[in-house]
Amino acid sequence: MKKLKLMLKVLKSGFYTTIQDIGRFGFRDKGVPVSGIMDIETVYKLNALLENEEDAAVLEITMTGPTLDFEEDTFITLGGAEFLITLNNEPVDSYEVLKIKSGDILSYGRLKKGFRAYLAIKDGLKSQIFLGSRSYYPYINPKGIIKDRATIPYTKTSLFKPKLPELKVDNPLDEYVLAVGKGPEFTMLSDKQLEQLFFKEFTVANENNRMAYQLNEEISGHKVSMLTSATLPGTVQFTPSGKLIILMKDGQTTGGYPRILQLTDKAISILAQKKAGDTVLFRLI
Amino acid sequence: MKKYPISIRPFGVHAVLIEWPEKVEDAILNDILDFKGHLRQNCLKEGNWEFVPAYNSLTLVLRYDKIDFDTFKEQLENWYAEKKDTVVLQNHLWRFPVCYDNAFGIDLKEVAATLNISVTALIKKHTKNIYTVYGIGFLPGFMYLGGLPKELEVPRRTAPRLKVPKGAVGLAGKQTGIYPQESPGGWNILGNCSVPIFDPKKEVPCLVKVGDKVQFYSISKAEYDLHKIEVEVGIYQIEKIKIDA
Repeated sequence: MKKLKLMLKVLKSGFYTTIQDIGRFGFRDKGVPVSGIMDIETVYKLNALLENEEDAAVLEITMTGPTLDFEEDTFITLGGAEFLITLNNEPVDSYEVLKIKSGDILSYGRLKKGFRAYLAIKDGLKSQIFLGSRSYYPYINPKGIIKDRATIPYTKTSLFKPKLPELKVDNPLDEYVLAVGKGPEFTMLSDKQLEQLFFKEFTVANENNRMAYQLNEEISGHKVSMLTSATLPGTVQFTPSGKLIILMKDGQTTGGYPRILQLTDKAISILAQKKAGDTVLFRLI
Repeated sequence: MKKYPISIRPFGVHAVLIEWPEKVEDAILNDILDFKGHLRQNCLKEGNWEFVPAYNSLTLVLRYDKIDFDTFKEQLENWYAEKKDTVVLQNHLWRFPVCYDNAFGIDLKEVAATLNISVTALIKKHTKNIYTVYGIGFLPGFMYLGGLPKELEVPRRTAPRLKVPKGAVGLAGKQTGIYPQESPGGWNILGNCSVPIFDPKKEVPCLVKVGDKVQFYSISKAEYDLHKIEVEVGIYQIEKIKIDA
């Protein structure tokens, strides 16, 4: 077996940089969240450009980015939130296959737009797999969060002729309409609550992370109590006081609040690029 | 087995929710698990399906594809109608060792005073009862246990603690249970379970499944310390007893 010793060396980790793939499946009935890439729509493109398998692991970079030293030749793609990114001090573009040589330094500067950026690498990052996934989740894969001086294995690639070297992307970072289906408890909503839900904008609260996004504005509350039941990434929970909580990829697998809406996969990706104070609008499909 | 009126509703495009009458009952839970077994063995065999049972519901999640709800609902109704209790439910009774020493049971005295019983009587009642696992969620390996006797019902703490240690055994409202990891929590803490409920390094990370039974038994601090060492070196076996459904 070929030994993996080629490493991506983390000189500076950034605010919250984690290893993620498409997620951890098959353990929901044990209370294990799916986890995985928050903005999957972006990463599909980045992995496709590199002709990677769909489950290739990437770096998810939140708010401030890392500085990385590549020990060996490879190819990478960048995308998601817009940062000023340089390769050996020269600015580089997103959604374009970049050739990396041994010793190259990639450095993230200021965040310009969006919230989560992604770095995909040829054949994916080769960190340890826990319960079928490399995705970071505190209790399952605590090493999936990147610290200064961490090293992450990858395989060397010197020759690669991409079929499609770059991609024109209609920037989804400006999108703020979240397409939603009806959740299981949708029918409990009154006309007044429906109007509050669909005819006004909501702003993202400070309480937003990989587990859940809370919204600042409340709608009229309720007195419905229900037995604990399954929840999914993208489930909109409705608390008795009228608060809306949108569960994300690390969200709990069960909950006791009514589930009034369910975000589409694309809407989850759109929301993943929002930060506190940003505006969103629900649109029923 | 009795057939219940079930409701089938869409839950986004990748999932469907099936609900039984809104009651916490072993008979309903067993029917849910029986239907789950029937679906997995005879109807939805592919690995892309996940089944999440909890209390009175069963959620079916499809990993990649979208579900054509109307067609699928009809199929599910037929599958439920044709189901004939052919699935043998393999349930277990798990006996979890708990150290109710003062070092761990930081709320023991307060709870005993609230319930107007002695600490010894509280421990006796808590360990005598057999609980049913109605769901696993909130945290990996967190069991929602039903069947707490009425005389052990105490309100949750007014202010939740920021850190409840891993293994803490708590009591609140109609619920009792074990914190599988360190986490914030508002339950009254009676003791600490010496063996892990959830181990992400194992292929099956959590041995307990929904529908199983749980009983606690009291151990001394010395036994607790011994268990910890046995777990560390990988020789500890949790006590389990096979039960017929």
